Amino acid sequence: MLGKGVVGGGGGTKAPKPSFVSYVRPEEIHTNEKEVTEKEVTLHLLPGEQLLCEASTVLKYVQEDSCQRGICGKLVCTDFKIAFLGDDESALDTDEIQFKNKVIGENDITLHSVDQIYGVFDEKKKTLFGQLKKYPEKLIIHCKDLRVFHFCLRYTKEEEVKRIVSGIIHHTLAPKLLKRLFLFSYATAVQNHTATDPKNHTVMFDTLEDWCWELERTKGSMKYKAVSVNEGYKVCERLPAYFVVPTPLSEENVSRFQGHGIPIWCWSCHNGCALLKMSALPKEQDDGILQIQKSFLDGIYRIIHRPPYEIVKTEDLSSNFLSLQDIQTAYCKFKQLFLIDNSTEFWDTDIKWFSLLESSSWLDIIRRCLKKAIEIIECLEAQNMNVLLLEENASDLCCLVSSLVQVMMDPHCRTRAGFQSLVQKEWIMGGHCFLDRCNHLRQSDKEEHQRHLSLPLTQSKSSPKRGFFREETDHLIKNLLGKRISKLINSSDELQDNFREFYEGWHSKPTDYHGLLLPHVEGPEIKVWAQRYLRWIPEAQILGGGTVATMSKLLEMMEEVQSLQEKIEERHHRQEALQAEAPSLLRNSARLSSLFPFALLQRHSSKPVLPISGWKALGDEEDLAKREDEFVDLGDV
Amino acid sequence: MASAPTSKYNSHSLENESIKRTSRDGINRDPAEAVPRLPGETRITDKEVIYICPFNGPIKGRVYITNYRLYLRSLETDSALILDVPLGVISRIEKMGGATSRGENSYGLDITCKDMRNLRFALKQEGHSRRDMFEILTRYAFPLAHSLPIFAFLNEEKFNVDGWTVYNPVEEYRRQGLPNHHWRITFINKCYGLCDTYPALLVVPFRATDEDLKRVATFRSRNRIPVLSWIHPENKTVIVRCSQPLVGMSGKRNKDDEKYLDVIRETNRQISKLTIYDARPSVNAVANKATGGGYESDDAYHNTELLFLDIHNIHVMRESLKKVKDIVYPNVEESHWLSSLESTHWLEHIKLVLTGAIQVADKVSSGKSSVLVHCSDGWDRTAQLTSLAMLMLDSFYRSIEGFEILVQKEWISFGHKFASRIGHGDKNHADADRSPIFLQFIDCVWQMSKQFPTAFEFNERFLITILDHLYSCRFGTFLYNCESAREKQKVTERTVSLWSLINSNKDTFKNPFYTKEINRVLYPVASMRHLELWVNYYIRWNPRIKQQQPNPVEQRYMELLALRDEYIKRLEELQLANSAKLSDPSTSPSSPSQMLPHVQTHF
Repeated sequence: MLGKGVVGGGGGTKAPKPSFVSYVRPEEIHTNEKEVTEKEVTLHLLPGEQLLCEASTVLKYVQEDSCQRGICGKLVCTDFKIAFLGDDESALDTDEIQFKNKVIGENDITLHSVDQIYGVFDEKKKTLFGQLKKYPEKLIIHCKDLRVFHFCLRYTKEEEVKRIVSGIIHHTLAPKLLKRLFLFSYATAVQNHTATDPKNHTVMFDTLEDWCWELERTKGSMKYKAVSVNEGYKVCERLPAYFVVPTPLSEENVSRFQGHGIPIWCWSCHNGCALLKMSALPKEQDDGILQIQKSFLDGIYRIIHRPPYEIVKTEDLSSNFLSLQDIQTAYCKFKQLFLIDNSTEFWDTDIKWFSLLESSSWLDIIRRCLKKAIEIIECLEAQNMNVLLLEENASDLCCLVSSLVQVMMDPHCRTRAGFQSLVQKEWIMGGHCFLDRCNHLRQSDKEEHQRHLSLPLTQSKSSPKRGFFREETDHLIKNLLGKRISKLINSSDELQDNFREFYEGWHSKPTDYHGLLLPHVEGPEIKVWAQRYLRWIPEAQILGGGTVATMSKLLEMMEEVQSLQEKIEERHHRQEALQAEAPSLLRNSARLSSLFPFALLQRHSSKPVLPISGWKALGDEEDLAKREDEFVDLGDV
Repeated sequence: MASAPTSKYNSHSLENESIKRTSRDGINRDPAEAVPRLPGETRITDKEVIYICPFNGPIKGRVYITNYRLYLRSLETDSALILDVPLGVISRIEKMGGATSRGENSYGLDITCKDMRNLRFALKQEGHSRRDMFEILTRYAFPLAHSLPIFAFLNEEKFNVDGWTVYNPVEEYRRQGLPNHHWRITFINKCYGLCDTYPALLVVPFRATDEDLKRVATFRSRNRIPVLSWIHPENKTVIVRCSQPLVGMSGKRNKDDEKYLDVIRETNRQISKLTIYDARPSVNAVANKATGGGYESDDAYHNTELLFLDIHNIHVMRESLKKVKDIVYPNVEESHWLSSLESTHWLEHIKLVLTGAIQVADKVSSGKSSVLVHCSDGWDRTAQLTSLAMLMLDSFYRSIEGFEILVQKEWISFGHKFASRIGHGDKNHADADRSPIFLQFIDCVWQMSKQFPTAFEFNERFLITILDHLYSCRFGTFLYNCESAREKQKVTERTVSLWSLINSNKDTFKNPFYTKEINRVLYPVASMRHLELWVNYYIRWNPRIKQQQPNPVEQRYMELLALRDEYIKRLEELQLANSAKLSDPSTSPSSPSQMLPHVQTHF
């Protein structure tokens, strides 16, 4: 939730390029070197940030070659973050400073990234919340970004322990007022809004023009129009001020049910078919009202079923797809697999890793989301149908499915600016309830749901491969058949065949990376996104390996080609002046960790990590295991 | 190899069309010219069959059988399927159905292959075509049972590189800096008199006489005495391999063996103990005492530390791979993929083998102690551990030729029983001696190359090619159980080496990302979080699960490489033109290498 301005906040006067990762180029750091080293011991506050409480002689545990070491320092809590100010100055050589985060330091935990806080009392780990009667010897903080911090409070003064522990618990776990969120005081303190680079402009979709621009870009303006009926949120607070509907739809239709029951345009395909979404009409018992609703919907469907509109397939995401609860339950189990306290826990879970993964169902959910998006694409692309996504508020699974469809179909969404614009369009303007879903206000009764920004990334990781569907899919597709489509197509087998043909047909052809991209959805192809989930686990680091190794080779080669290009230009201009070599970002590529850039700041020796747990029982193979490799007749030796 | 309909074969659709028409007319025009044939390969027969493809259903085709391969070409217009299977991969041929069953597909053959697939054919009842095909296939797939030569002895292929010269033990030991003050080369096994499963040339401690070696041999299973595999170039710690000591139930001791181990320990002066890695689970090592084997006990071997690595035996590995096949062929287990994969234990075994090798490598690399590795006989798990540890320690073995030398040395020359484990030309498919130990090693190498994508000169294709020819019987490389048997059969004179094929087409097997780094020790992470099933090998017959070749990053890199070369060329041309004009030595252009100070890739 950090705006573009924040990136500049920690650094100097230089206008930074907007980026969703605030890792900075080394040149920027080198100019501020003094500031950087100081930052290790003194608390660095953002504009508008206030120190709330602190405690000295706290030990932070770090994992080192499978044993723990403590660093002594000060633990502080501000209205933005919990920070540990360590006395450890040994870390950070130049390589490591290169990719330091400007806003959130190695030992900073923003209040909103705190997931769970545990206290250790007499070697026992307990969840902490509310008022404490007894204060723990050790504080363990699990973060939403999967970092795990261990702080030892045994050497801290009692009243400081009380102050810091209750301070942290209060500021991270107690319900909050919206206006108290740090970003407001930050925004007040930082007034200057840095200009964005027009080339990498993110479309915010907060003006009529932005929507018109998107309609033009996707050539949807023939059949759809941007409307300003909700200007000032007169009709509905849930909907953005401006959005797009089918051209013949009247504005009063929109206001009739506060925007419910209205097909809202998401995106137009190159063949003119569109992806639409609709929030369901409120559920009513009263027959009279139901009659009114029915005739209203009939009227709406009449509009979008007439030419020039394509046949519409309705995809009811509320009843025929994953439930939000499924997703939440799965993610809770899944993330637990990565919140690892120590080496022993890592290796203990390693033996049953695959079954643990499977029992979380997370990868299966990812697969079903990808599959659903492909199904919708098949309708749009191969069957020339419009697809109308239907969901209670059209702000959860609609956001997920529609943005996945666009990432796969629209190469613009795979550029950085395009992806940011997509998030802005489908998630921010699409009314996804980030506050509730991420529980930023810490309301205990609100259900938390993971937003799915991780999904497109997961997908792009699994490079396109051929696919395979079986009975389960058949079953799924049967469930998915909306009423309308069943009128069009006689048998579900036919639909499945169409789908399979489309999917396999695409995978059998060479890939055009600037066109449609379909991910693989077979079991062996859906893998854990290691770069995100394993990034803070030292045992999982491959020193000098991982995909980072090939990527940095690629970048090196790109640099080399660029410098050659420049030299040729120079030659052409007969300028023989020597040009200084641009410093390479990834000089030491061979020594980068597979978890780069996340794990850079954790120091590691080159010692191998060795599993420290034993072998699981073989079960039915016990008798085989006891056999000799071959018959040995050693009697006469 | 089975291919799904691809654009490559679509161009042949016209040809297929014509085949179909002529066969309908009853004219048997034979398109056999299009069947690939190696020099020395002879046609035996051809038959019209129905290939029951597990992915695309029954396909009518014509099968050609030679003394080397089974080749099937589809006779249907909409399918361009081709099967090209060396008979060597066949492990079992069974008849399915018969007179009692009905329908066109009733007279069937089911062929089980060693490379994770089955082939099913249906034949016509008339003319005993199934019986013919069954007998011919049995004869040529299992030549040993019919007193026929293995195809490698008939193969007349010529290559411009001779793969048999790749490995020269003297040269390899010299590369390691041997002999030196502490280690000598002995020819005691020149005629395989000391140990018939060891190579002729051995490296042993300088202080141990040939007489000592003979006495040690009596106390080691199958006389496989501790000999040097690898020496660390700096700290001079060594990896030594052998078989188990013949301790037996009574706990026998052998002073010569004890002294010999102490001599090995002392070759590296800094250390007080010799580390012994017994690859077996400790219970198995104890149990082996009952059959005369055992392990080095503390009281007998004072200056040693014994550690068990818990790697299971060949039978467990064989069953594990069977289970892998069950979940990937023909259909990939979809709904519970991960737990099914876990239940095969295959990756767990891989993890243990890698973990063992990491321990060996770390012990040696850290200079803490020399290492002695054994299992029962020292030709399965021992070979896996020493070769993997050497791959981690010595970057030379990560090059194409280095890897060939590693396989040639640690596996072929030290008597990994390829003939028994693979069953070349042998019909006894249920033989308990068969086990995918070498495949497991190659899988470990693949896992390493996955974790360190820039550290190996070779690519995945290289590894798959090795595995394909492990079974194919086209080359002599993997034939027989040990060097003495190979020598007796004059394998190097009478057959072609697999390395001839590979080294004369090296470019196809190169990893473009390879960055040569000397003295870099590679420690893979032996965690299930990083180990994955080798889809491109184990599931390669499934056309629906096909990795993109080449992968997008590699493709991009190749494009950049080409671009760089073009620019360098252009720059040189510009410089030439420039210097010709000026003809002034002081402004003559610098060489490309000077101009590109940060070129880190070596090509």
